[in-house]
Amino acid sequence: MAAVKETVDTVAALEKYEHGFTTEIDQEFAPKGLSEDIVRFISAKKEEPEWMLGWRLEAYRRWLELDEPNWAKVDFPKIDYQDSYYYAAPKTKEGPKSLDEVDPELLAVYAKLGIPLKEQEVLAGVEGAPRYAVDAVFDSVSVVTTFKKELAAVGVIFCSMSEAIREHPELVRQYLGSVVPTSDNYFACLNSAVFSDGSFVYIPPGVRCPMELSTYFRINAKDSGQFERTLIIADKGAYCSYLEGCTAPMRDENQLHAAVVELVLLDDAEIKYSTVQNWYPGDPETGKGGIYNFVTKRADCRGDRSKVSWTQVETGSAITWKYPSCVLRGEGSSGEFYSIAVTNGHQQADTGTKMIHLGANTKSRIVAKGISAGKSTSTYRGLVSAHPKAKGARNFTQCDSLLIGKTCAAHTVPYIEARNGQSVFEHEATTTRLSDDQLFYCQQRGLSQEEAVALLVNGFVKDVLQQLPMEFAVEAQKLVAISLEGSVG
Amino acid sequence: MLSINNLHARVEDKPILKGVTLDVPAGEVHAIMGPNGAGKSTLSYVLSGRGGYEVTEGSAALNGDDLLALEPNERAAKGLFLSFQYPLEIPGVPALTFIRTALNAQRRARGEDEIAAPAFLKLAKEKAAALKIDFDMLKRGLNVGFSGGEKKRMEIFQMSMLSPKFLILDETDSGLDIDALKIVSEGVNALRSPERGMLVITHYQRLLDYIKPDKVHVLAAGRIVASGGPELALQLEAEGYDRYVGVAA
Repeated sequence: MAAVKETVDTVAALEKYEHGFTTEIDQEFAPKGLSEDIVRFISAKKEEPEWMLGWRLEAYRRWLELDEPNWAKVDFPKIDYQDSYYYAAPKTKEGPKSLDEVDPELLAVYAKLGIPLKEQEVLAGVEGAPRYAVDAVFDSVSVVTTFKKELAAVGVIFCSMSEAIREHPELVRQYLGSVVPTSDNYFACLNSAVFSDGSFVYIPPGVRCPMELSTYFRINAKDSGQFERTLIIADKGAYCSYLEGCTAPMRDENQLHAAVVELVLLDDAEIKYSTVQNWYPGDPETGKGGIYNFVTKRADCRGDRSKVSWTQVETGSAITWKYPSCVLRGEGSSGEFYSIAVTNGHQQADTGTKMIHLGANTKSRIVAKGISAGKSTSTYRGLVSAHPKAKGARNFTQCDSLLIGKTCAAHTVPYIEARNGQSVFEHEATTTRLSDDQLFYCQQRGLSQEEAVALLVNGFVKDVLQQLPMEFAVEAQKLVAISLEGSVG
Repeated sequence: MLSINNLHARVEDKPILKGVTLDVPAGEVHAIMGPNGAGKSTLSYVLSGRGGYEVTEGSAALNGDDLLALEPNERAAKGLFLSFQYPLEIPGVPALTFIRTALNAQRRARGEDEIAAPAFLKLAKEKAAALKIDFDMLKRGLNVGFSGGEKKRMEIFQMSMLSPKFLILDETDSGLDIDALKIVSEGVNALRSPERGMLVITHYQRLLDYIKPDKVHVLAAGRIVASGGPELALQLEAEGYDRYVGVAA
């Protein structure tokens, strides 16, 4: 199996966190701290219309009245919201960007990360290799979006959120905050006030998006937070597959990443949303530094027979706290959630999903795989609910935890609420330890200890990896192995 | 081939092997019999390098290579194969993937080229047919949900795919009905060759009706207390281990 060998080679070749480099680049910051003035500053920087500023200010005022939630099974010192930059942008010209105008330093960053920003490079790739369009978000701004013209030819809008607010205000006003209202939760509310950029996608009726869309998030600046906002609208009968990737430098301070992702699906629409999250996890020995990944992601299946699928591979971040959810409103709509959460060192993860069955004959499926090693803790928390009108709702949940070593922990917290008598919910859960006996068995057949761990873990997460677009599945497989490096023996 | 000299090993503070000396030349099959707790499985684990056993004295070499200095996977690459008494389940990893990964790891360790997919599949089909293993079973997670007999057959299948130089069969007959025992034994017998040695560990004589040993040794209380030809096994079957239990203690 070539992939296993590749995994092992990768593990051997790489540092523990290969994306931890910083880039010296001229950046522009808002003054540190958070106030109405900062909100106005961000809005002005983005040349936003008055309605947008009003929306942000309202969110900010609400946020002031909210308390930070503390129900998750994660521990962190109190965040000082005044000790962070809410806007950091590379100094480049505003307005529509072509690649020639982008700072070469920035392009070098993406080259180093292996993200193709030059369309011709993608085109010149291996024959038959799937192409994908990229929106590259660096700290608070989108630096470039590729393949926009080709996508526009079929009516697909793929651009940064800032551009969408300027160019497509009617769509933004209609849908922004309609899935995750500003006051939904503490972090979503904060995001609504200070979000700086993110991706916007609109797929018109009946259009199947001709390529994978992706956004690559990079946090670079010190002491800054990243608050991106993504909105994807799949109109009637539309389809798209979208992937996001994330990395950050190694820093001793914790940095907050509080994103909001909203998906809107009309009748017969389908969205596949994949995440490969590899934020800096903090120092594996001391637990110092790392990203707080407190994210609100929700899909609203408004249309009948619409279908959404979340796939996430969470290997990074000091703390991951998120529940990509599906509101199954349309009759016969369906939601899927496939998750791999890997924690090692001092990482903490409290993640899962919510499947909210509102419409009749709605279906959902949850496959969550948690792998804990080192001194980490991993919690699966999931809600499956059926409302009185959701007759014939069905859910299947499978939730497996794998423990490596003796100092980690795994928890499973399912919430199941059926408010009608015609729903069928199934829940299966297992917890196993990667056993010395299994390792020895593999070694006796000729595998080294690292190869054995990689093989056993790949077997454990296989059901979820299969859900990812192929080239990302290989990437994710490597990532999982790297994240677990040094976890045995 | 395999030469073990005055081997002592313990688990934590408890000595289990107390001076085992044994030579198995190429081409021969030796059986090790003995009462429960004699150290039979410990011997197989110490030879294959499982953790938790401490060798305090003595040596073990395969074709002149000091086994005790090698990692378990290095021993495997040198051609040592242990058929487990209780084969492990590997969820999500199809048997074919597992064996191919193992085979290629061994080949790399020996500086050989990896086996190409078509050649591997052809070989797997042949060997599976010989052991009456349904090919679809090889696409499922290794040993997951398999019966005891199926797991043992899968061990022999792996053995024939990996083509090791020296085989250790640890209680391969346990959990097998008579039909499975025949199939498994035929699989093992097919591997007998002038270049290959085998150590067959068993509690009962029954297996030796099918896999005929050249020599039989009795292991009791951590030492070889008697050695002889196949007739020794029949004698043990008739008389039990009683006469040996007191000997080494």
